[in-house]
Amino acid sequence: MRTQAVWAGRIFKGVWPPIIFGVGFLLVWEWFVEVRDIKPFVLPKPSAIFEQLRLQHDSILTAARITGENALVGLAVGLVVGVVAALLASRVRPFDEMLTPLAAGMAAIPIVALTPIFNTMFASTSSTPRRLVVAIYVFFPIFVNTLRGLRQIDPVHAELMRSYAASPWTTTKVVRLPGALPFFFTGLKIASSGAVIAAIVSEYFGGLQKGLGPAITSAAAASAYPRAWAIVTAAIGLGLVFYIAAVLAERLAMPWQRPQGELS
Amino acid sequence: MVTPAAVALEGIGKRFGDGPGAVLALTGIDLTVAAGEFVALIGPSGCGKSTLLRIIANLIEPTEGSVLVNGKPASRARLDQDYGIAFQSAGLLEWRTVQGNVELPLGLHGVGKAQRRAQALELLDLVGLADFAEHRPSQLSGGMQQRVAIARALARRPALLLMDEPFGALDEMTRERMQSELIRICAETSAAVVFVTHSIPEAVFLSQRVVVMSPRPGRITEIVDVPLGARDEDVREAEPFFAAITDVREALRGRGRAPVAEEGPA
Amino acid sequence: MLLLALVLLAALWELYKLVIPADGVRVGDALILPRSDDTSMPHLSQIFGAFGKQEVAGASGTVLSSVISAVWYSLRLAAAGFAVGVVVGFMLALAMQRLRIVERALLPYVVLSQTVPLIALAPLVYGWSGNLNLFGLDWKPWMSVSVISAYLAFFPVAVGALRGLSSPPPVQTELLRCYAASWWQTLVRLRLPASVPYLIPALKLAAAAAVVGAIVAEISIGLPGGIGRLIITYAQQATGDPSRVYAPIVGAAVMGLVAVGGISLLDVALRRFHTHQEGTW
Repeated sequence: MRTQAVWAGRIFKGVWPPIIFGVGFLLVWEWFVEVRDIKPFVLPKPSAIFEQLRLQHDSILTAARITGENALVGLAVGLVVGVVAALLASRVRPFDEMLTPLAAGMAAIPIVALTPIFNTMFASTSSTPRRLVVAIYVFFPIFVNTLRGLRQIDPVHAELMRSYAASPWTTTKVVRLPGALPFFFTGLKIASSGAVIAAIVSEYFGGLQKGLGPAITSAAAASAYPRAWAIVTAAIGLGLVFYIAAVLAERLAMPWQRPQGELS
Repeated sequence: MVTPAAVALEGIGKRFGDGPGAVLALTGIDLTVAAGEFVALIGPSGCGKSTLLRIIANLIEPTEGSVLVNGKPASRARLDQDYGIAFQSAGLLEWRTVQGNVELPLGLHGVGKAQRRAQALELLDLVGLADFAEHRPSQLSGGMQQRVAIARALARRPALLLMDEPFGALDEMTRERMQSELIRICAETSAAVVFVTHSIPEAVFLSQRVVVMSPRPGRITEIVDVPLGARDEDVREAEPFFAAITDVREALRGRGRAPVAEEGPA
Repeated sequence: MLLLALVLLAALWELYKLVIPADGVRVGDALILPRSDDTSMPHLSQIFGAFGKQEVAGASGTVLSSVISAVWYSLRLAAAGFAVGVVVGFMLALAMQRLRIVERALLPYVVLSQTVPLIALAPLVYGWSGNLNLFGLDWKPWMSVSVISAYLAFFPVAVGALRGLSSPPPVQTELLRCYAASWWQTLVRLRLPASVPYLIPALKLAAAAAVVGAIVAEISIGLPGGIGRLIITYAQQATGDPSRVYAPIVGAAVMGLVAVGGISLLDVALRRFHTHQEGTW
């Protein structure tokens, strides 16, 4: 009983500063725009933004769904390819030596810039170019982190498995794979929010005009700034949803990481 | 049928590296551990005791000499799973429950699910942790984790237990408790034990013979007999115990060499 | 081995063109493998050739020279944004390290901001140009691009710097307390050197982010002169000359590599703060 109260108190203590800050920030924003008579094209009021969210929520949700779908498909594909590549690279040296420097190099390159190429390769009315860009964007954090996880093995576990005369594949199955999970999820958390970012950005490069990105540009072009900011808020929300989903997946897959207190 | 010696080492030497930079870790090691005997390896850092243990476990190959475990070459003994090993850190897999960890060697060698469960629970009972079967390693203290590691080492009922300073990371009170536990467990399983340690009282309390080693290169200086009979808590406070400790200490310092003069009033 | 990988990729490209039908591979209605005709996937020789072509028939200047000047233009904008982002990010990290309450209030937002598409704000920042006067300075369109770059560069720097500044173990911070060292002295002599291994990867991330930010901002704003705009322009000309659009994309890639490479040079210069020392206290 008492531990639950302590636990609740601890959460509250950790949570109130950012909440107070967030609420305060919004209030100051609202007051600032009002008092200094700031024009909407610079910075709309939070109240105006919420208003637009309420009014336009149908069209915003539709756009969000499209962008979200692209992000999800790209995430799924990039994830699978990334994990398979990491498994291969951990076992086949030449593969590793080719792919790892390539991955390091690609981290510096704006992958979304590839969208126009894909737009010509596929029909520009297809969603595939964007999904492909997301998949490539997602591949790298998944590959790099999963590979790192597969490579590291606690020396004690390595000696233990050798004392059991276990085959390399058995050692991988019993020790390396579960041990690699925390690293995989580090990559997944980066990749999941990155998928949304890549999906939106690739929409700026032409092609289909549905989705959150084009909605923002057209709202801005029409000088409907509170609406544009409302769509941006929705985009931020979408990114958060993906990130939270990844965090939840991590908690589910690794129940042993939850701190449950020690006995003696 | 004569039971083969648990461990028979003849002329063991180990060199790491080649040429001028090579390190001679061990040289001229001869040692026999009888079936069911408890032997401690003790010596200062760098004397090669952990290396020697790993040679017995076939985790390292010696550069010279022969290793027989249970009458077979060490590699065969490892493949046949004739020994169990416990390291200084328990090395439990954090994603398995306590029971899952004890089941690990059983599962790896094809023991069926129901039988695995039963054997694991029996072993946990032996080390006094039957109530914690469903807990996760992170919920256990260091001493408890080591007990699980010992249960795991005993999973295949081996004739030989190899232990590399398993209690080194524990505090003194827990250490003494674990030592008594270990004595009890060994009595029940009648396994031979080779136990590497830094601690003189620990070596004396646990073993029937203490193998004293010296560094650079590692060799056996002396083997001290410890005729203390049955080991219970009273033994720790009895005169023969302290005498045996002094015996081992002097062996470590090299008998016959002049003791280091003390500064100041005696 | 990297060379081998690139050669293999090139071979794969040409092999694909050889093997896959011109219309690509469809599953049901969806095109899952791209078209392989020369318009969709130009031969590698055509791609390399595009660099040398005249940009506009008759006018001076090859594609290559356009790409180079566009890259140079965008790189400067990204650098300006990067500089601002690094300074602001570092200041924030210092504030968070100094005052725990600031860290507790702001860090969740800083972490979350890495997960959300701030880039979506790009078109909105553009709206400032021509209509905004800040501190007596008219807001020019290129400033919007640098602001976006600064946005994206700021967060990796803030997180990395905070981790680096907080990295010295208690045994070291307590030692400096024994010497009655002030917060500033502790900062300069302990925390800053200790933060180098964390700052370098963060700066690389920030450099790459600044480049992406600049390019994307240019596209959503339509800023002329930058590499982003060049990509879009050539993409629109794709029916006429399909291989041309590859040129600015390669330029963008080079831009990213240059930015991250610059940080790597800094890394080399700061080598002595990098080696992990096993201290004996």
